[in-house]
Amino acid sequence: MAKTLAEKILTDKSKSDASAGDVVVANVDLAFVQDTTGPLTVRQFEKINFQGIAKPQNAVVFLDHAAPSPARQLSNDHALLRRFARETGCHIYEVGDGVCHQLVAEYFAKPGDIIVGSDSHTVTAGALGAFATGMGSSDVAAALALGKTWLRVPETFLINLKGTLPEGVYAKDLILYLINQIGADGATYKALEFAGEALAHITVPERLTVANMAVEAGAKVGLFPSDEETQKFLTTQGRSDNYKPLYPDADAHYEQLISLNLLELEPMVSFPHTVDNAYSVSKAKGIKIQQVFIGTCTNGRLEDLAVSARILQGKRRSPGTRLLVTPASRQVLTQAIDNGYIKTLIEAGAIILPPGCAACLGLHQGVLGDGEACLSTANRNFKGRMGNPKAMIYLASPATAAASAIRGEITDPREIM
Amino acid sequence: MITKMPDMILKGNAIKLGDNISTDLIIPGRYAHLRSNLPQLAKHALEDADPTFISRVKPGDFLVAGKNFGLGSSREHAPVVIKMAGISAILVESTARIFFRNAINQGVPVLLCDTAKISDGDKLEIDLARSTVANLTSGGRLTCSKVSPLMSAILSEGGLIPYIQKHKDFVPERAT
Ligand code: SF4
Repeated sequence: MAKTLAEKILTDKSKSDASAGDVVVANVDLAFVQDTTGPLTVRQFEKINFQGIAKPQNAVVFLDHAAPSPARQLSNDHALLRRFARETGCHIYEVGDGVCHQLVAEYFAKPGDIIVGSDSHTVTAGALGAFATGMGSSDVAAALALGKTWLRVPETFLINLKGTLPEGVYAKDLILYLINQIGADGATYKALEFAGEALAHITVPERLTVANMAVEAGAKVGLFPSDEETQKFLTTQGRSDNYKPLYPDADAHYEQLISLNLLELEPMVSFPHTVDNAYSVSKAKGIKIQQVFIGTCTNGRLEDLAVSARILQGKRRSPGTRLLVTPASRQVLTQAIDNGYIKTLIEAGAIILPPGCAACLGLHQGVLGDGEACLSTANRNFKGRMGNPKAMIYLASPATAAASAIRGEITDPREIM
Repeated sequence: MITKMPDMILKGNAIKLGDNISTDLIIPGRYAHLRSNLPQLAKHALEDADPTFISRVKPGDFLVAGKNFGLGSSREHAPVVIKMAGISAILVESTARIFFRNAINQGVPVLLCDTAKISDGDKLEIDLARSTVANLTSGGRLTCSKVSPLMSAILSEGGLIPYIQKHKDFVPERAT
């Protein structure tokens, strides 16, 4: 039977004929934890009491969410994870190396992989054609111990993209628009699969932004085919041998078809407190903001810092607005230094934070005050997300964020570019 | 595969919340430093969704909510603190995928039904084997959607870890 991308990958990894609705047990190519969900994973793993990790070379610990640690309890959690990595022989990425999902994209994810992580944005690696999905600590503990997991094969929504993004409109605007159309729970349990002529112009860094937010529509996975763009990205990362082409079958069955002409898109802003509460930037124009946050696994890549630097070149942040910039990884940071983006951003009044999650989850580095508003390039604006339930979070692209930092209020980036 | 559900009949009172209760509302990220101290963490369960929750919850109560319950992060601490607060089952109109799996993995039943028919404080009787809820206050009866055989097997073992300890593997689902 003709198969979607999800069905193809799950068929291959479960050695069975996987169709939507089936429950399969599949081999896991990569299992990882981060520092806020990892300690519970370790405890659950130790309760299972197996002979260690099934495939330590396919397991990773990332210290990124509280990095560097702001509290002694979290420092102790880091110590626990370091000990676990030492004892089991799995990989560990240290404080300052970057956000787990960016590092998975840079060093691990391959087309056709099954990836499970104890973080909901594990879906990010779908940009590289990997069936990547977030799970809780117990499920990841089981995947570490057994080298496999169980999965229900999802039905798929096909997102057919045509046209190219207009000036000032980015992959972030595309996914915010799409989540608004589908709704925050509209794709629960489903796979989103991206297709269409537009893919030829959508790079892997842009695909990472889109796949990252698939979970904000409830989806289990956000999948891109593996094509020339995938090959280009893997080659740049020195991993050309990880490339293999991967496409769905021509007459695969899709539960829903959604068509989008990118030419018709505008810069988008998600209003507090749900991601699907998104409108064209004109509706948000003039809303005063006390903080701008550029970074996260959604939009902390080199391309995001490049566009922010271009907009902020020779300008200053508004005096009433703090500007926080967090490169998603060490690689992004060093390239941004080499390209001069960091200097430009610092001269524009930005604070550069170490690669990691930073202000995203309200643990440290940029917690908002009562009544304050933040324009963030992250993926979530839930109440309390940035550490204060009395604050407001708006989501937008790095271009909209940079333009808004200059004016101190939400601004259409096309007015400044 | 025939699996029996734990404690077939549950009785308790409903504590009702609204739609879109995210994992950030269930247990905010700002308490991440307490995640290795679960009894302390559990004192903050649902604090941003309903500040009165912790003071009024009684062992055996049911948490009842609307659409897309548990959306957001993969933190398994969300069902953990709900369970530690004394909640014996969660009844919702719909739930986010990761939360659903995490709750079952923690041995907490999640039932999907028309929760608009339940009010705060209603006395409920849940029959897990039949997936039905009797509302003893209003006299109504609700039918819930059934979980898959593998998930009900995990639930009947008390969660994923005891399940794996016993079976050493995932026992693939067979037609019942
Ligand atoms: S950057 Fe934010 S969304 Fe991404 S992994 Fe870190 S906390 Fe989660």
